[in-house]
Order: sequence, then C-alpha cells, then structure tokens
Amino acid sequence: MEAFIISLLAATLRVATPLIFGTLGELFAERAGVLNLGIEGTMFFGAFVGFWAASATDSLWLGMLAAISAGVASGLLMALLSVTLGVNQHVSGLGITLLLTGLSLFSFRLIFGEPRVPPSIAPFSQLNPFPGVPVLEPLFKQYALTYIALALVPLVWWLLYRTDFGLRLRAVGENPEAVDAAGISVFRLRYLALTVGGGLMGAAGAFLSLGQLGAFTYGIIAGRGWVCIALIIFAHWHPVRVLWGALLFGGVFALQLRLQTTGANLPYETFLALPYVVTIIALAIAGRGAAAPAALLHPYKRE
Amino acid sequence: MRFRLERSPAPYWLRPLIPVVALVITFLLTASLMIWAEANPLEGYYYFLVAPLSNQVSAIEVLVKSTPLLLTGASVAFAFAAGYWNIGAEGQLYAGAIAATWLGLTLDGVTPLVAIPLMLIGGFIAGMLWALPPAWLKIRLNVDEIVTTLLLNSVILFLVSFLLNGPWRDPISGWPQSPEIAASTVFPKLLPRTRLHLGFLVAMIVIGLMWYVLSRTRLGLTMRAAGLGPQAARYAGINVKRTLLTAALISGGIAGLAGVSEVAGLHFHLIEAISPGYGYTGIVIATLGALNPIGVAIAAVFIGLIETGSQTVSRALGVPAYLGDVVQATLLLVTLGALVLQNFRLRRRTTASAASLAAKEA
Amino acid sequence: MNIIDMRSITKRFGPVLANDAVNFELAQGEIHALLGENGAGKTTLMRILYGLYTADAGEIRLAGERTRIHSPGDAIQAGVGMVSQHFTLVPPLSVAENVVLGQAEGFRLKPQAIERKVGEAAQRFGIEVDPAALIRHLSVGEQQRVEILKALYRNARILILDEPTAVLVPQEVDILFATLGRLVNDGLSVVFISHKLHEVMTVCDRITVLRNGKLVGTVAKADTSRLDLARMMVGRETFGVKRGQPREPGQPRLTIEGLNALNDKGLPALRSINLTVHAGEILGIAGVSGNGQTELADVLAGVLTPSAGRITLGQQDLTGADASTITAAGVGRIPEDRHKGVIAELTVAENLALENLDDFVRAGRLDRERIRINAEQLIAEYAIKASPTDRTRTLSGGNMQKVILARALARKPAVVIASQPTRGLDVGATEYVRGRLLEERDRGAAVLLLSEDLDEVLALSDRIAVIYEGQIVGVMPAERATADELGLLMSGAKEADHDEIPA
Repeated sequence: MEAFIISLLAATLRVATPLIFGTLGELFAERAGVLNLGIEGTMFFGAFVGFWAASATDSLWLGMLAAISAGVASGLLMALLSVTLGVNQHVSGLGITLLLTGLSLFSFRLIFGEPRVPPSIAPFSQLNPFPGVPVLEPLFKQYALTYIALALVPLVWWLLYRTDFGLRLRAVGENPEAVDAAGISVFRLRYLALTVGGGLMGAAGAFLSLGQLGAFTYGIIAGRGWVCIALIIFAHWHPVRVLWGALLFGGVFALQLRLQTTGANLPYETFLALPYVVTIIALAIAGRGAAAPAALLHPYKRE
Repeated sequence: MRFRLERSPAPYWLRPLIPVVALVITFLLTASLMIWAEANPLEGYYYFLVAPLSNQVSAIEVLVKSTPLLLTGASVAFAFAAGYWNIGAEGQLYAGAIAATWLGLTLDGVTPLVAIPLMLIGGFIAGMLWALPPAWLKIRLNVDEIVTTLLLNSVILFLVSFLLNGPWRDPISGWPQSPEIAASTVFPKLLPRTRLHLGFLVAMIVIGLMWYVLSRTRLGLTMRAAGLGPQAARYAGINVKRTLLTAALISGGIAGLAGVSEVAGLHFHLIEAISPGYGYTGIVIATLGALNPIGVAIAAVFIGLIETGSQTVSRALGVPAYLGDVVQATLLLVTLGALVLQNFRLRRRTTASAASLAAKEA
Repeated sequence: MNIIDMRSITKRFGPVLANDAVNFELAQGEIHALLGENGAGKTTLMRILYGLYTADAGEIRLAGERTRIHSPGDAIQAGVGMVSQHFTLVPPLSVAENVVLGQAEGFRLKPQAIERKVGEAAQRFGIEVDPAALIRHLSVGEQQRVEILKALYRNARILILDEPTAVLVPQEVDILFATLGRLVNDGLSVVFISHKLHEVMTVCDRITVLRNGKLVGTVAKADTSRLDLARMMVGRETFGVKRGQPREPGQPRLTIEGLNALNDKGLPALRSINLTVHAGEILGIAGVSGNGQTELADVLAGVLTPSAGRITLGQQDLTGADASTITAAGVGRIPEDRHKGVIAELTVAENLALENLDDFVRAGRLDRERIRINAEQLIAEYAIKASPTDRTRTLSGGNMQKVILARALARKPAVVIASQPTRGLDVGATEYVRGRLLEERDRGAAVLLLSEDLDEVLALSDRIAVIYEGQIVGVMPAERATADELGLLMSGAKEADHDEIPA
C-alpha cells in the first residue's frame, strides 16, 4: 500500500511537470490580458522542434533550447495578431494551434519519412539524489526539468508580486489605460508576456518528447494544452494555485494509470477520461465567474 | 516624412479584393514549404487548386469532402453568431456519429424511408445532448464554454475508443472499427457511381435554413442581438441565457448531423478517425465566411478543395499531405490580419512647420 | 512667460473635426479654465497635450521650446500630468502600487518600502490618502486624490484636470479648490477643463472658451462675467427649457417601498428606498454618482433583482419583474449608458423593434414590413437623422439617444424612468431630450429622473429627492430646493425632514 502511494506521488510530479510549464506560460499571457489558445499547438511544436534538434545535434539540452525558441516564435506570432493587429483572440489562438500542428506534422513527415520503426532518441535520464534509500529514492527520482518546474512556481510568484515588471504586468491585464497613461508601453509588455509564456509552453512540449518518450508521436500532447487553459481558471490566475491544480490533475491521471493495471472492472477509457471530467467539475465549483484579469480578451488601441 | 496607420474605413473597391489578397499572401508563404519539399510551387498549386476541379470525378469528390465541412462550418457559425463560443463541434460530431452507428446497427430491416430520417434525428439529438453540459454550465454557473467544450472533445474520443475496442469491435476483422451499418440505413447516392451522398443535400438544406433563421425569424434576431450586444439585448427584454442555450443546442445538433453524414454516407461504420478535425476546421470556415451562411458555404467548399488538393499534391509530387492543414491555418490567420487592416489607412503625417505656415496664411 | 504654448492644433476623427487650429497658452502659476459644452473639443486638446492623441497639425511649445509629445511617457518627461474623467487606476492594486507604476527604481519591489515612499509624498503635497488601501475600496473623491498624487509624484509642473468636479459633492469641491490653490502657490500650473460656469468663475484666473472645435476666445476672469462666458460657449443667450407652472400632483402611480438591492460587488447599494411618483409629475433624484442611482435605475428597468421591498405600478406588482414584463406593464426606460440601450451593429429599425418583438412577429417569423413602417414613423416623429437600414453605430450620440427615446416613449408609457438622459449630448440634443421629458409629464406620465447634473434636476423637476449611500435622505417640492441645501443632503451632511410632502 505504501509503495503504491509513493509511486503514485512520484508519478504525479512527473505528469504534472508539463502542465506546470504550460500553465505558467499561459499565466503570463492571461495576466497581461491575452487569452492564448495557441498553447496546444505551441506545446506540439515545441515537442517536435525539441525532438528534431536533439536528434540532429545529439544533445538533449540543445533540443530543449530549440524548443523554447520555437515557443518564443509562437508567442511572437500570437502577439503580432492579437496585440498589434487586435484580432479576435479565440480565433487567432486556434489558428495558431492549427498552423503549428500542421507545420509540425508536415515537417516530421518530410524529415523523418514514415519508417516502420518510428525514430527515437535516448531521453533525459532522471536525477537520483537518494540512491538506495527507501521512500526517498522513488519519490525524489525525477527529471531535472521536474525540479525546475517546481522551482519555477515560487519564482513566478516572486516575479509577479515582488518586482516592478510583475506590477506592470498585473496592471496591464486589469487596466491597460492606466499603464498607458503612466507612460509604459502596453504593447511591449504584452509582447514580452506572450514570448516568455510561449517559451515556457515550448519547454512543456519538449519535456514530453525529450523527457518521457524520447520520440515524437501524433498524440503526444493529446489535449494537455486545453487542460492548462482550464487549470488557469481553476487556479484563479494565481501562480501558487497553478501548482495545486497541476498536481491534482496529475494525480488523477497517474491514479487512473494504476487503476487500469489493477484490473478494476471498468473499461480503461473511463480512467483516461476521469481527469478531464474532474477538471470540468472543478471548474464548475471553483471557476464560477472567477476573478479574471479585467482586460482579458480586449485588445488595446490608442487613437 | 513619417507614416502612420490611421483608423478610417478602406475605400469600398478594396473590400472584395481582401479574400484575393489573403489567398495570394497565403500561397506565397506556403510556397516556402513546397520548395523545402523539393517541389515547384507553381506546379504544386496547380495540383492543389486546379487539378481537383479539372475532371468531373474529382470535382465531385471535392463536394464529398465539403459535406461535413458545410455542416460543422454552419454549426460553429450559428453558435458564434449568438456569442456562444462553441469549440466543441468536433465532439458533437462524434456524438452524432455514435448515434448513427447505434441506429445503423439496430434498425436492420427497417425501410429507408423511416430509417434514414431516424438516423438524422438521432444524430441531431445526440449532438444536442453533447452540447448541453457546457451550455448549461455557462448559463447557470458562468463557466467559460471554450474550456468545457474543448475538454469534452477529448472525453468523447475516449468513449469512441471504448466502444470500438469493446462492444462494437468488428467481430469479423478484429480491428477497432464497428460492424457495417445496415443497408437500409445507408444514405442514398445523389449521383450514381460517385461518392456524393444525401449528406450533401442535407448540408445545403441546413445552410438554407440557417440563412432563413438568422435573417427572417425572431430567434435569429434575438441571437444576433445577444451576440452583438448582450447587455443591451438583456435591457431590451431578451432572455439572453435562453437564447444562448438554444443557439448552443442547435449548433450541437448540426455538428451531430455531420457525424451522421460521415457514418451513413461515406464510411458506413464507425472508426476513431472518422473526423480528422472537421470540428476545428469548422471554426476556420465560420471565420472565413464571416459567420454569414453564404460565406460559410463558399469557404467550406474552398476548404474542401484544399483538402482534396492536398491529397493530389501528395500523390503527384510527394509533398506531405499535411500541407493542406498548413494552408488552411495560414489562410485563416492572413485573412484575420487582412480584415483588421482593411479598417486602416496609411497617412502621411504633416510636419508642424508646414501646418503652422498654412494656418498663418489662412 | 508661458509654460505651455499650443499653436494651431488640428485633430480629426474620421469626418469629425474635433480641434480646428486651436491656440491655447498656459502661464506659469495660473489656473486656466478650458470651457465649453460637451463635444467642444476640450478633452481632445488636452489629450493631445498629454500624448494620448497625436495632432494632425500644429505644434506644442514648452517654456518656449518646441516639444514633441507622442505618448504619455513624453508628456510625463515634459512635466505634464493629467487626471482624466475616467480614472486610470487599477482597482485590485493598492494606492502605493498605482502611484509608483512605471516610476519604481530598480527591479525589485517591496510593498512596505513603496507604501512608505508614497506616504511621505502624500504628506509633502498635502494629500490625504492611505497608501496601503486598495483602490477598489476607496470612494470616488479619494480615488481622484490618488490620481492627483500620481501626477505630482512624477514631478508634474503642469496638471490637467478633466471635469474634476463631475464626481464630487459641493463640499468635496471646496476641498479640491483649496488643494489646488495650495499647489499653485508652490509653483504648479493648472488647466481646468469644465463646462460649469460658476466653478470656473470661482477658481480660475483665465478662461479659454472652445465651441465646436474652434477657439472662441481667451479672457481674464476680471474682464468677464458668467453671461459673457455663456454667450461665448453657445453663441447665444443661454436659456433652459422652462418647467412651466407647478401643477397639482395626480394619483400616485409608481410606488416603491422598502427597496433593497446589492450592487455587482455584492455590497448593499439600495437600503430601504421609499418613493412615490405621481401621474403628471417629474420626480428628480439628485445625487453624486455612485450612491445607488445606477442600481435603482437597473431595478426599475428589470435588469437587477432587488433583495427586498416592493414595486407597484397602479395595481400591478412589479417587484423583481424582468425587463420584458416591465415594458409590457407600461414603463418607458432610458438607460444611463446609450450602449446598453441600443445594439450598435444592428440597424435602427431593428433596435426600434427590439423591445416589443411580440408585435412584430407572426409564428416565429419577423414581419419586416411592420418593422420598417414602425421605424419610419418613429424617425419622422422624433426627427432622427438616420434611415431605418442604417447601422446604429453610425449615428451621432444625440441621434442614438433619440432612438432610445423613441423606443421608450412610443407607446405612451404610464411611467418613464430616465437615467442620465442628457449625458454626453450636445446642446441641441440636450434641449430636445429635456423638452420631451416635460412633454411626457404634461401628457400625464409619471416621470422619474435620475441625473447627476444638479442644474438639470433643478430645472425639470416638480419634486426633488436626494439619494445618498443608497437611501433617500430628503424629498421636497422644487420651489423649496436650493443648490446648497441639496449639496448638503447629497454629501450626507444632514438628513431633511421627510414630512414636507408625503412621499
């Protein structure tokens, strides 16, 4: 029983990692007032670019770097559309998701073809700070990226609430006129938020292709981007609550994997669907007309 | 001398050119991908856009491909017009497909005159039911429908997987696909020896009905009011919540019809890949068509052309067929940008000295 | 020497010429009023000075030097600060955070440190405010003080105030004027945008008058009078719509008893309101914005559900009724925000029919013929400058208001609820609306007028009630009301006797 819980907790941290990266990335965008539905495509693109760069250069960290750059590029595109041009954010975000998904699949097919055995690389290995120690070893045997993700949460909190940049970011998401009247560039702030956020989203995708799988598949993201969108609402746009939301979802996901193997009488798809349904229920309870940044979805224009 | 973008509507003669300009820019951008695939872009576009229309068989195939797109495009446009962001057309399509499959397996021996209408009704209801939870959550608890509809898209895929690997697994082949539906529930062909089936006719009727409802009925006016000015609509006494619910449910039903159409008209059984993202493409179509029934129809057929064309290009020049997805998405983004830029004009900014000189002389 | 010199400033918005070669100068250490009716171009001119707009032509000189101001950043650098009508504050953040926004040194931010700094600055400038308080918990007057502090914190030598007294009670206005006097003594120069003659004559040294985007003239206070200024503002003698002879109040028609309601933040906005509006009278509700008028209007319009109380129209109980029931019962409603009254993207005809769709629908189908005819009739009757198929967003503010008026009054309602009916309208439209309200009263309707414009309330009402913090603190016949008395009630300084006339 104890071993079950330990392994469940360890798995939870692992599953939550891409969610933490992705949701923090979306947090930057939304706190600045932009809904970025390009997250699913950006994660997908990050997974692909990371995999490609890693297999081309034989370096996993270079691959990660490439993935982050890909995410930054995606954030720039979203900024161009939604901030500079002021286009409807729902549609532009979805358009970017479609674009990046198609682009990734196109490029993958072109570069790697359709071999019988899909290409793969040796993924990241996990850090093991407590070898041989019971309880501690399985719990702390995680990828470096997982530790980074956990460290990111307090870092983002600090950035948002204890720095000048964070103050400006919070202000621009609530009342861009106030920011403009204070002589700060609304556009630059939002561009910055979207590119930083995009980079995080790219990293989220690369964690999956470089960290867990060591390969790139059609279903590698499988809707996790949308889960991040839900988690932000669930977390009331607050960085620390993002962590709890990611852990909750990760926990349910890891739980269903384990329940499958115990041969419980329900079909395994029920367990796959469970985390999504739980998220919907959680939204219904917690997300009720929540305190979204007031300027979310409104492009800013000065005559 | 400096230039500035100034907000004033572009001259009228410019407007119809915008789709053309958007297309040209799209093709210029995607040409780079063709070159990367070692294909000549002009040749590529020929195979993309012209070749599919160059013979009758292939032109009809374009219409076949457009059928589900007409329906999902209409579904999404209908919801968006009321201000309800239905991103769940994909899931609602699957709901309709599931209903059609169940009916198709159950209505064996029933005459087509009864079976086929039942299939349509069943699929419509299934789409409505799948659209109900997010709509209800939205109007009762103000939960954002974008998120809930997205999540339910994922959930129904699991349901389909369960059905196809379990109770509906084809006993003959053993593959995760359902058995064939009964012959009496298959959609008749509209043109013999082609794949064009009843679904296309249903789609055209739906588009026509959509036009009628939006422009000639009370529901249409209240929907448009709710979409364009929800606060003012409420002030005027319109029950915005009920209007949203109605729009959401009808939208779900139409998407469900798309699912019925694919099962009963094209594949004749249920497979996991019955929709390669038609629900999301519907959003592209609704936007390109400016939420207007005629625009949606044109956009749907055009996207159908691109989808067919991407297969042609793939076969002829070895360019991965995913290029079609890239072209669609690029077209969407470029069109969005162009629509915004049509409201701006480039103006030369007069320098201060010139102006004060003019003022002095006045 | 002039600290600010704006020469030949021209600015166009589409077809509208908001500023037409306007000259404006500000001397060091003066309070200079910029006077004009709504839409005269005052705010536009100052927004150009503050860099929020860029002029199409003209130049700005700062202490003699030609300066380019293309953004608020430039303006702040040049020493210009602006307090707009709509505050540029971030509600969920604290006073200190709002004040230091964009001004903090270094990357890190400690809440205690900035609160201390802001507290010191507030003391230095003589402005009373709590640095740790959240903006959304502050009163409007306090928020305005934060806005002023913001400008001073950025070393503003020139302060632009856009209609600062619109949101203040007379007593708060006095505090503001005293503060300004002190700051001017310390070297500040102030531009005071207003359309209120008596204030301008009280506090300003010089006055520049704009009309329809053009400069009419600049005069020193000593050389002019209210009458002169009024003539400059409107080009003729001002006159108001006359209320006419006081009438005998008719039967009570709309009765409100013990009405309670919560605002959108969940706080009580109406506390046990009791009012009666009689047929053939205008009952004016005076009050500073934010004391419950919006909620009262919303409840009566059917878009806000009260938490307690009763509303009766004649025999009918309308408590908690929705908008369509209320309209059907014979209530004509004019909302305070035009954009809540019409849908900009729909046509004029559609908007005119929207409130009473039952009459224009047969078996779910729209009767477009009837909708069109209805629109044509109302357009003629109310002199609306538009055609039935025009998109409503192309109409001017005045014409939009006429559409709203037409829709509300077409059916000869028994009760009229008019909320800020002339806000943001030009002189002609304002007179039209006021004339119409008087006509309704003469026709026998019971008119409830909620207006933040005290002059309007005094001019039109037969009886006047004052609302303060969600309660009615006084009701009196118009003859006995004076601006001072009302000002005291509006600021909560005293509670009048209710027994003058049975409410």
